[in-house]
Amino acid sequence: MSLLKIKDATLKFGGVVAVDDLSLSVEEGEIYAIVGPNGAGKSTVFNLISRFYQPFSGSISFDGQNLLDRSADQVADLGIARTFQNIELFDHATVLQNLLVGRHRHRKTSMVEELFFAPRVRREELAHREAVEEIIDFLDLQPYRDKMIAGLPYGVRKVVELGRALASGPSLLLLDEPASGLSVEETQDMRWWIDDIRKQMGITVLMVEHDMGLVSSVSDRVLALADGAKLAEGTPAQVQADPAVIEAYLGAGAV
Amino acid sequence: MRIQFKTSYNDDIRLFPDRWTLGVYTTLLVMAFALPLLIGEFYLGEVTNVLIWAIAGLGLMLLTGQAGQVSLGHAAFLAIGCYTNTILIEAGLSFILAFPLAGVITGMVGAIIAIPALRLHGIYLAIATIALSILADDIIVLLDPWTGGVSGKFPDMITIFGLEIERWSMPTRFYYLVLLVTILCTLFYRNLLRSPLGRAFAAVRDSEVSATAMGVHIARTKTKAFGLSCMITGWAGALMGYYAGAFNNETFSLVISITLLMMIVIGGLGSIHGAFFGAVVVAFLPQVLSILKGAVLGGGVAIPGLETGVFGMILILFILFEPMGIYGRWLKIRTWFELFPFARKDMFRRQKSYLKTERLR
Ligand SMILES: Nc1ncnc2c1ncn2[C@@H]1O[C@H](COP(=O)(O)OP(=O)(O)OP(=O)(O)O)[C@@H](O)[C@H]1O
Ligand SMILES: [Mg+2]
Repeated sequence: MSLLKIKDATLKFGGVVAVDDLSLSVEEGEIYAIVGPNGAGKSTVFNLISRFYQPFSGSISFDGQNLLDRSADQVADLGIARTFQNIELFDHATVLQNLLVGRHRHRKTSMVEELFFAPRVRREELAHREAVEEIIDFLDLQPYRDKMIAGLPYGVRKVVELGRALASGPSLLLLDEPASGLSVEETQDMRWWIDDIRKQMGITVLMVEHDMGLVSSVSDRVLALADGAKLAEGTPAQVQADPAVIEAYLGAGAV
Repeated sequence: MRIQFKTSYNDDIRLFPDRWTLGVYTTLLVMAFALPLLIGEFYLGEVTNVLIWAIAGLGLMLLTGQAGQVSLGHAAFLAIGCYTNTILIEAGLSFILAFPLAGVITGMVGAIIAIPALRLHGIYLAIATIALSILADDIIVLLDPWTGGVSGKFPDMITIFGLEIERWSMPTRFYYLVLLVTILCTLFYRNLLRSPLGRAFAAVRDSEVSATAMGVHIARTKTKAFGLSCMITGWAGALMGYYAGAFNNETFSLVISITLLMMIVIGGLGSIHGAFFGAVVVAFLPQVLSILKGAVLGGGVAIPGLETGVFGMILILFILFEPMGIYGRWLKIRTWFELFPFARKDMFRRQKSYLKTERLR
């Protein structure tokens, strides 16, 4: 059974059809990439899964459960974590605090317990901290642990956002353009990390990415999207060779 | 420069991260407890006033500095705390029950009022909460049988297990009571900061979209922020009632709400220190001004609106030149000394302040 299944989903913004009768399924343990020109609807697909947008029609299920029954804040509880195309971090908090917010879905203590900092709160905090430190080690974020996000370079923020998503201990990770704006070296690091996230942590990855080098080196399957509809699907090589994809990218007559 | 060696994650969770801070705050606390021995009754009264403002500041700081929700309605919650406490005591409850309850009730009212305000952001929330401040006045008049309306109320003498406490005749005892409440509220604030809820507040403040994606329920979190903030504000209100000795519908006016908000901005948004620094400014500014005025113009001259004007000026100067408030300035000075002579000019790049949360469309 597929981990994530989108069936015939459609979403319009006024006259714009952002997602057009789209179906896709992501298998457990795979790295699945969505590519497509600007405005193709890639981020909108993510926002549908995150439940920020309600599809006009169609269904989305995750791990056998109907995702459309859940509200946006309940999606994390199911084990879906994500990053954003335009980095959405908590700017006036430290890296550590940002990663700890990633642990929020594991919160067990009540407001009153926290007000008095009951022993259970301390125990939980230590456990969260340990989980977060593993992520810090994994992503080499040690030098930035106590730094405010507001003063960090773009590349580091990108990694922190990945870390925050990982801190929630997801089974599905959504990465919206993880390498956009990164240098060649940083992109290389990102590549290894995505690989390790799947191999070491056993997390399924669904990503949107423009960098075809990155896409073809890490992903098992690729979906090409144009105007919200599926253009082609298959291995990276198959999709890159697909005449419809070449036409969408380079315009008619290029084939 | 202080170098900290941490050996356990507990080091970061403790109330005081290292020996040095523990030392500083212990000294401060000992001094606070010894203060009645050191200064006269008049100044003790002034310090009590600072502490009460600081409690109110902590209340609003939690909501505005921590959770990013602006409120210009907090005078109304001061009033609710003050009246609830007095009415409960008149109804026969002892202070030891009535006082905590007054805060809890204020918190619950705050949480309920938060519900319609949840969809509002930034300036719109500020405008909506102004209405609260204005309404409070009318409601107090309308509820005349309970509140005493325009003629107001005089709180009874406090008795805790037979121990009598009164602001004028026993300023030392009243000071200790206020000090204990201050310490308790500061502890609550600190505990929140190192727990998931406090981080959720910051998450809501900085990015509602990604807070949601991390599993934070925005509405519920904001409601809790309003509730906890109003609880602390309610306690401050009850203490203000005792400090003033009498209050009516005009005591907790919109001006008080505005002063509170200015106070935490000047003090430094988002920090406990900021509430205290701001309280010192608010409590002592009128005195300093009247002394200055006396020196420059001689005693008898009255200048209407002088205090408000100067206060506004200070606020504008802070927003322009030191958005992080007095606490931010203090941090910079401290770092400069710690790093001496290696401090660089661009070490503290200008950072935006918190008052905006309108990110999620
Ligand atoms: N909130 C919104 N309101 C109105 N239109 C929207 C909204 N979000 C997206 N759209 C429109 O939907 C279409 C798809 O947008 P989307 O952001 O999903 O594209 P994308 O494939 O992620 O593009 P990019 O590569 O630039 O990130 C675009 O035409 C966009 O203008
Ligand atoms: Mg996009």
